[in-house]
Amino acid sequence: MNDLTPDRDERVANLKGLGCSRKRVEDARFTQGKGNYIDDISLPGMLHGDFVRSPYAHARVKSINTDAAMALDGVVAVLTAKDLEPLSLHWMPTLAGDKQMVLADGKVLFQGQEVAFVVARDRYIAADAVELVEVEYEELPVLVDPFEALKSDVVLREDLDGQTEGAHGPRKHHNHIFTWEVGDEAGTNAVIGDADVVAEETMYYHRTHPCPLEPCGCLASMDKVNGKLTLYGTFQAPHVVRTVASLLSGIEEHNIRVVSPDIGGGFGNKVGVYPGYVCSIVASIVTGVPVKWVEDRMENLMTTAFARDYWMKGRISATRDGKITGLHCHVTADHGAFDACADPTKFPAGFMNICTGSYDIPIAYLGVDGVYTNKAPGGVSYRCSFRVTEAVYFIERMIEVLAIELNMDAAELRRINFIGKEQFPYQSALGWEYDSGDYHTAWDKALAAVDYDGLRKEQAERVEAFKRGETRTLMGIGLSFFTEIVGAGPVKNCDILGMGMFDSCEIRIHPTGSAIARLGTISQGQGHATTFAQILASEIGIPADSITIEEGDTDTAPYGLGTYGSRSTPVAGAATAMAGRKIRAKAQMIAAYLLEVHDDDVEFDVDRFVVKGAPERFKTMSEIAYAAYNQAIPGVEPGLEAVSYYDPPNMTYPFGAYVCVMDIDVDTGVTDIRRFYALDDCGTRINPMVIEGQIHGGLTEALAVAMGQEIAYDDMGNVKTGTLMDFFLPTAWEVPNYETDHTVTPSPHHPIGAKGVGESPHVGGVPCFSNAVQDAFRPFGLRHTNMPHDHWRIWKTANGLGLHDT
Amino acid sequence: MTKQIVEMMVNGETREVMVEPRELLIYVLREQLRLTGPHVGCETSHCGACTVEINGKSVKSCTMFAVQAQGAEITTIEGLGSPDGLHVLQESFKEHHGLQCGYCTPGMITRAHRLLQENPNPTEEEVRFGMAGNICRCTGYQNIVKSILAAAAEINSASEAAQ
Ligand code: FES
Ligand code: FES
Repeated sequence: MNDLTPDRDERVANLKGLGCSRKRVEDARFTQGKGNYIDDISLPGMLHGDFVRSPYAHARVKSINTDAAMALDGVVAVLTAKDLEPLSLHWMPTLAGDKQMVLADGKVLFQGQEVAFVVARDRYIAADAVELVEVEYEELPVLVDPFEALKSDVVLREDLDGQTEGAHGPRKHHNHIFTWEVGDEAGTNAVIGDADVVAEETMYYHRTHPCPLEPCGCLASMDKVNGKLTLYGTFQAPHVVRTVASLLSGIEEHNIRVVSPDIGGGFGNKVGVYPGYVCSIVASIVTGVPVKWVEDRMENLMTTAFARDYWMKGRISATRDGKITGLHCHVTADHGAFDACADPTKFPAGFMNICTGSYDIPIAYLGVDGVYTNKAPGGVSYRCSFRVTEAVYFIERMIEVLAIELNMDAAELRRINFIGKEQFPYQSALGWEYDSGDYHTAWDKALAAVDYDGLRKEQAERVEAFKRGETRTLMGIGLSFFTEIVGAGPVKNCDILGMGMFDSCEIRIHPTGSAIARLGTISQGQGHATTFAQILASEIGIPADSITIEEGDTDTAPYGLGTYGSRSTPVAGAATAMAGRKIRAKAQMIAAYLLEVHDDDVEFDVDRFVVKGAPERFKTMSEIAYAAYNQAIPGVEPGLEAVSYYDPPNMTYPFGAYVCVMDIDVDTGVTDIRRFYALDDCGTRINPMVIEGQIHGGLTEALAVAMGQEIAYDDMGNVKTGTLMDFFLPTAWEVPNYETDHTVTPSPHHPIGAKGVGESPHVGGVPCFSNAVQDAFRPFGLRHTNMPHDHWRIWKTANGLGLHDT
Repeated sequence: MTKQIVEMMVNGETREVMVEPRELLIYVLREQLRLTGPHVGCETSHCGACTVEINGKSVKSCTMFAVQAQGAEITTIEGLGSPDGLHVLQESFKEHHGLQCGYCTPGMITRAHRLLQENPNPTEEEVRFGMAGNICRCTGYQNIVKSILAAAAEINSASEAAQ
C-alpha cells in the first residue's frame, strides 16, 4: 500500500454499500416530473377502453344492446361476454383457484362489475359510448353479510351449483368456498375448557382498500406482423402476468413481453389480474392497434382488490398469573363474488396461522371459512404479507382483552408470554419456524423510551380528573408487539399458480468496471434501484453509483415472482447477494492469475483482492473486470456475469414494538395522536433512510385503516365509499411525526441477514392505533369495539359507556 | 363536438391547443402538450396529483376545463428547475427522502413552490396545513414536511446572503 491508496474506511464509504443512507437514484427523474407511469405511455394509433359496469350488486343480465354505442363516431368496438366466449376468455382463473367473469356472463354479482368493454378513439368518446350501451337487468336478492349468505337459499355462484368440492376442499353450502384448518382443535378446546382464565372476543376487521395514488391500468399492443404481444401495465408481478397471459391467450410465452414501467404505489392492489387487462389484450388482438385501459378512482375503489373483511372469533386461556395456555380462532372470511385472493396456493387464508403472534402459546387452532357475497372480489395483502395484518390485529386485541380479564397490565402480560431469545429457531403451535428474535430486549427498550410507567401514571390522573369533571379528554396508551412473516417463500410450500416463489438476479460486469443487475421483482416506490445496488456494492466491491438496477421488463429480466408481501429484500435481495458471490468467486480466480499466486492465496478486501499477508499486492475489481474481457486466462471463460435463482430455505420474521399515545375528546370523538414510537427489527439494515421512509409510510396507512378508512356497503350492495370524499386517506394535517428506533437481530438463513421491512409498520401499526383508542375507554368498562375508529364511532362508544350522561 | 383554440402561456412559452369545451385541463397538458409530470389520482379535486400553478395560484387541473385557461399563465413541474440545475425544492425532496413512488411528487413540489411564495417562512404546522390538499400514500408526509422546511430555510438564507 502506498500513500495514494485510500484507507480502508474511505474505500468502504466509496462503495455506498450496506448500511449507508444512500440518496435515491430514482429521485432525479421523479422530482422533475420525468417518471414514466402507465398513463404516460402513448403509442401511435392507440385506442382507449372503458367499462360499462353494473349498477346492481346482484342481477340477471337480460340483454345488452350495443347498437347505439357502435353507431357513435369514434367507437371501434364494444365487447361483451358473447364476444369473449369463443376465445374462452369470458371467464378467467383467479389466483385462489376459483374463476372470475371477465365480462358479465348472464348475471352480475357485485356493484361495478364489468359488463361490456368499449373501445374508442379517445377517452371522452369511450365514456360517451359507455352511456349508450343499453343493459336490461332483473334484480336478484342481495347478500352482503357472510353469515346470512351461509344460511340463504339464494345461490350466488350458479356456475358452481352442485359442486361440493372446491379448490381447497369440501364446500358446505352453495355460498361456501372453503374451510381451512390448522392446529389441534380438540386439544385446544380441552386446554381452554380446563383453564383458570378464559377471554373471548369477536372482532370484525373491516373491508378496506390499498388505494395507491396511481390506479391500475395497462396498454396492450399486439403486433400482428411479428406476432408479438407487448403489455405495459401496473403489475407487481410482471413475469406471472406474462405466464397467465400466455396460458389464457394461447400466445407462446416468448412472444409476449410484459413491461411494468414506473408504478405509482402498489400496496397489494397491483398483484391481481383484472378484467381490464384481459379486455385490453383481446381488444388489441381484434383491432390490431394498441389499446389502453386505465381505471378511474371510483372503479379502483369499487372493483379492484379489496383487503381484509374478516370476522374473527377468539378464545384465549391463561393461568391466573397470566401465562397463556391456549388459543382458538375462527374466521368467517368474506371473499366477495369470486375468490380472487392473492395468496400462495396452499394458503387459502394466507398466513393467518401466524396468529399466535410473538407469544409462546403451547397449543392453538385456527379455522377459516371462506364465503361468497355480493361484494367485489379481491382479498389482497394491503401492505401486508398474506393476511398477517389480520393475524396480528387478532392476537394483539386478544392479549388486551385477556389483560382485562386478568386485571393485569397489558405490557407485562406480553412480556411474560414472549418467546424467549433462547427458544429460536422457534416452532409455533400452528406450524411456523420463527428464524430469530429478541423480543424482551426490544420491548424493554420501547417501554423505557416512552417512559411507560410515567404514561400510565399520567393516564390514571387524567381518569381521575375526568371523573371530577375537570377535563373532557381521555388518554389512551396503545401497545403492540408484532412478529411478521415475510419473504414468501420456500418453493416446497409456496407457489402462485404453480410457480414456485423463488426470485432472481442476473449481473453483468462491464469491462470498465461498472455493472448492470436485473431482478425478477419490481419497485413501486421502495427504491430498489438504490438499495439493491447497495447489496451488490458490498458483495462485489463495485461502487453502488456504478451499478444500474433494472426490473420489470420480462424480455430482459430473469423470471421472478414480483414485489409484494415484503418479499423483495428477503428473496430477491438474497438472490442478488448470491449472484454477487458467484461474480466474486470468478473474480478471485482472475485476480489470482493476474497476481501469479494460487486462488486460495488471495482474499477479498472491500473493492479488491489482495494477496494474503501482502496487502500491497492487489488487483481492484475494475482491473479484474477488464482482465475478464481482454486476457486469455487458462481454465476461465471470458466475461464476468452471473445469475442466481434463490429459493429461500425459510420465511423471515421481522418484529417490532410500537407505542402510541392518544388524547380523545369524549364529546366529539376527535383524536389527537400525541406521540408514536416505533421500534423495528428487520435484521441487517441495508439503507436506514429508506427503512425509515417505509416505516413512516406504513404507519400512516395503518393510521388510515385503524382510524377511518373502509369500503362500506349498504344492504343493497351499494358501495358507500367510492370516492376520496368518503374513503379516508390521511393528509399531512392528520398525520403525526413518528419516532423511529431499532434493534438488529439478523436472519440466520438469509445471505446478508436482512428480513424485509416495508409492511411491518402497517402490520404492527393498526393494532397499536386501535389499542390506544380502546385503552382510553378501558377504565370505563370497554372490552372491545370494532375499527375503524372514526369520530362518529368513538363518540358512539363514549355514549354507550354513559360518558355523555350528566 | 366543435373544437376551439385556446392560447396559454405554459412554462414560459406560448402554446396553442385545439380542444373541445369539455376537455379537462389535466388531459390537455398531459396528452396534447405531453407534460406528463402532473398526474391523475382521482379527478375529484381530492388528491392534488394534478396540481399546477395558474396565474399565481395552486390549481387542481383535473377540475378545470382547458377552455377556462384561455390566456392563463401556467407553471407545471416541468417549469421548475432543469436537469442541469434542479430547483431548491427538487433538491430538497431528494436530500430528505421526500418521495417514494414519485406519483404525488410533481403535484407536491408544485404546491410547495406556491406555498413558499405565499409564506416564505412557514412553521411546521403551516406547512402541514398548506399541503393538506395533496395526498401522498407512500411517505407519511414526515419527510415531505422536512423537505419543504429545509428548502424554505435554504431559500431564505440565500436571499439574506444576496442582500
Ligand atoms: S387528480 Fe386532480 S385532485 Fe386528484
Ligand atoms: S411518493 Fe407515492 S404517493 Fe407520494
